Amino acid sequence: MAGVRLENVTKRFGNTDVIRNIELDVADGEFLVFVGPSGCGKSTMLRLIAGLEEATSGKIWIDDREVTHLPPAKRGVSMVFQSYALYPHMDAYKNIAFGLQTSGASDDSVDQRVRRVAGMLQIDDLLHRKPRELSGGQRQRVAIARAIVREPQVFLFDEPLSNLDAALRAQTRLEIARLHDELKATMIYVTHDQLEAMTLADRIVLLNSGRIEQAGKPTELYRRPATRFAAEFMGSPKMNILPVNVEGGQAVLPSDERVPLATQHTGPADLGVRPENISLAAAGEPGSLRARVLHVEELGESRIIHASLADRTSLAVRYPADAPTPKKGEDIALRLDSDHLHLFGRDGARIG
Amino acid sequence: MLKERSISSERKRAAWLFLAPMLAVLVLVAAWPLVRTFYFSLTNATLVDMGRYSFVGLSNYLAYDNGRWYGVLTDPQWLASLRNTLIFAVVSVSLETILGVLIAVLLNASFPGRGMLRAAMLVPWAIPTVVSAKMWGWMLNDQFGVVNDALMKLGLIAEPVAWLADPTLSLISVILVDVWKTTPFVALLALAALQMVPKDCYEAARVDGIHPVKVFFQVTLPLIAPALAVAVVFRLLDAMRMFDLVYVMTGTTDSTMTLSVFARQELVDFQDVGYGSAASTLVFFIIALLTALYVMSVRLDLDGRRQ
Amino acid sequence: MKRVLAGTGLTVACIALAFFLLFPLYYAVLTSLKSGSELFRVDYWPTDIDLSSYVRIWQEQPFARNILNSIFVATCVVALSLALALTAAYALGRVQFRGRKFLLYTILGVSMFPQVAVLSGLFEVIRTLGLYNNLGGLILSYMIFTLPFTVWVLTTFMRDLPVEIEEAAIMDGLSPFVIVTRIFMPLMGPAMVATGLLAFIAAWNEFLFALTFTLSNEQRTVPVAIALITGASEYELPWGNIMAASVIVTVPLIALVLIFQRRLVAGLTAGAVKG
Repeated sequence: MAGVRLENVTKRFGNTDVIRNIELDVADGEFLVFVGPSGCGKSTMLRLIAGLEEATSGKIWIDDREVTHLPPAKRGVSMVFQSYALYPHMDAYKNIAFGLQTSGASDDSVDQRVRRVAGMLQIDDLLHRKPRELSGGQRQRVAIARAIVREPQVFLFDEPLSNLDAALRAQTRLEIARLHDELKATMIYVTHDQLEAMTLADRIVLLNSGRIEQAGKPTELYRRPATRFAAEFMGSPKMNILPVNVEGGQAVLPSDERVPLATQHTGPADLGVRPENISLAAAGEPGSLRARVLHVEELGESRIIHASLADRTSLAVRYPADAPTPKKGEDIALRLDSDHLHLFGRDGARIG
Repeated sequence: MLKERSISSERKRAAWLFLAPMLAVLVLVAAWPLVRTFYFSLTNATLVDMGRYSFVGLSNYLAYDNGRWYGVLTDPQWLASLRNTLIFAVVSVSLETILGVLIAVLLNASFPGRGMLRAAMLVPWAIPTVVSAKMWGWMLNDQFGVVNDALMKLGLIAEPVAWLADPTLSLISVILVDVWKTTPFVALLALAALQMVPKDCYEAARVDGIHPVKVFFQVTLPLIAPALAVAVVFRLLDAMRMFDLVYVMTGTTDSTMTLSVFARQELVDFQDVGYGSAASTLVFFIIALLTALYVMSVRLDLDGRRQ
Repeated sequence: MKRVLAGTGLTVACIALAFFLLFPLYYAVLTSLKSGSELFRVDYWPTDIDLSSYVRIWQEQPFARNILNSIFVATCVVALSLALALTAAYALGRVQFRGRKFLLYTILGVSMFPQVAVLSGLFEVIRTLGLYNNLGGLILSYMIFTLPFTVWVLTTFMRDLPVEIEEAAIMDGLSPFVIVTRIFMPLMGPAMVATGLLAFIAAWNEFLFALTFTLSNEQRTVPVAIALITGASEYELPWGNIMAASVIVTVPLIALVLIFQRRLVAGLTAGAVKG
């Protein structure tokens, strides 16, 4: 079993607490993604697990062994870096094999393992090339191969797709998912891209300023975000947030329009609704909101209508591509799907 | 119970291990001998038997006995060496800096043959000091030297000049050779500094129609001044401890003797380890003093700017 | 009109400069091609080519041996300096520890030592180690001026190597020694060539220690040998021989410097400008 456990881990740089009292359990074989805006501490988390940074306080376990004070080499982990970090003066084969060779493994066994991993990543015919003779995607695969060949208990990925172009990113994402299925290993992955998080993760850990904002399955974070921050981070385009005053089971907008809600709460709050949960209504329909079209974005498979409400707040609405679209400047009415509304208190926490 | 050894302290331990060999050598070759030289300066040891000596306190430096002053600090030859060294250092470095900057400005412009000229500049620097000394010694030879011959043919002098024998001229000759040898080095440094100056400064000045000489003094010089200052200080310190050139060109002649030549003469030729060590220590302290002054002035400058 | 004046002024300046720089060497070569009474006559152009000076220097002293000594000493100095400095540079350039800055500046300070200041102390050390009149004594004592700038320049270059490669190597389980020798050293090629060359030239040219710590002609290095070439009488220096020896020693050095001029200038200016 190669689970990872963090117990009350804190990391301080100088006078700032970058990571605060994190408690986390990663199951064996799980694909866990750390996601969050820049500066939230996700890379630091990874480096703490790797052993490249030392925790100021707290304990870290890998596979039921406490590794808090062990150097990376003794933790049974491998890491794939954002910039690949290949040794420039060695060819791909040597890059992958070097760690094994210096640890005293026999030449034959090293060769066997290198070639097997190269086959897995389809870089067999690139093994004699130096990093500067390889494309970005190829270098990434060599970096991954180098990580795999050590047969670690935990794989760590530090934003490995950031330096690839969009098409390559999508393809490599699939390959990483495939690798996970094949190797069935514990993988901890860091990214700032919520789409990567959604598609790859078994479980997502959303970090904000060194604390866990929310941890759970991708669908959980998407459908039931625990805080306004989580709600706005996941999903693209972002969830629309409207400041409202709740009274008598209705959300009252600054424009005095009302939206029915199923909640006990009264008082000021933030109403969240995703673009795909808003639809066009007939003018004057009860419970609908008046809006004026600002701009229409054509995505091919759908459209995004940016509209402004009576009180000038703007909304994004996802609209099917094959229906007649309102034009810029047109007045429309919007209906919010009451099954998919989110209510957040002014402190950010979820109410309903 | 597992002893808690943090990763960073392991790394620091490894670092010191890596440093140890180099530090050991430096201690053996620099630190220890320096201390030992200080120590010897307080004794009356001789070269023949360095093990047998007695303490004489500071009398190698300064002592009063029977109405007369003794010690290196009152030794007229040492004082002459101090004077020679200072003159040499100040004049040499000034000339090298001025000429170096001028040459750098020349080389900064692009013209055909610039690469070859730059390569030619490295020649004096590449020639070993001893060889330069000998070459120039031959050229400045009073009877058969080419310099005297050329000057007489050009009608600038009437009879051969004793470049290396005359007290004043010998110092001038040494300065001349040092300038010949080191100006290229200063010029290359100045050139590097010049090339780091952004071109738009010059272009802005040109558009404004400012006279090139003014541009040089008010734009170029201030911009390369920091790098130049470092070079000047290093050169000064180098010049203050100069030995090779003077020794090979003029031997231990009084008129050109530098502090280092004096110290070595006492030590090796006169075998007076105590006295010679005192002279050596004094050289060290003079250089250390100058270095400290420089460092302090840099710090003051930074502090001043910060305020 | 101004431009033409400036142009010709430039050309004159260049020619004057080139002349000033190269004439001494030219004249030395000229002198070396003369012998006997011809030396007492000043010529500006070669008249006869007489190579007898070049033959005599080998005969009248162990000049070949001197050259070999210099080569041996300089090579060993380069190897030893680079080896010691490389590992030290890793510690100084990539590990944070207390006293690091102080150490760096102290090492730089050592390069400011006047050689005389350590002469008596070093003399004692060399004699105690039995290295007097021995090339080993020179190799050891030259460390005092090669180590400081070698450490300084290599530290600067080490510092600039990317962090991720080192971290990847750590993750790969490589020990610091392997990281320095198998990963970093290959990447430091240019820096090592530049400092190696500078160390070689410094060791080759060194005079004071070579003069003081060796005694017999067989143990002498080239600078001392040339400085001490004597003639039949005290006042009659064999200038032809001296110039021939000078030329023999200088031409390879100049060739070396010209070939590597870019690297050398980079190394020199890196030390001064960056420091």
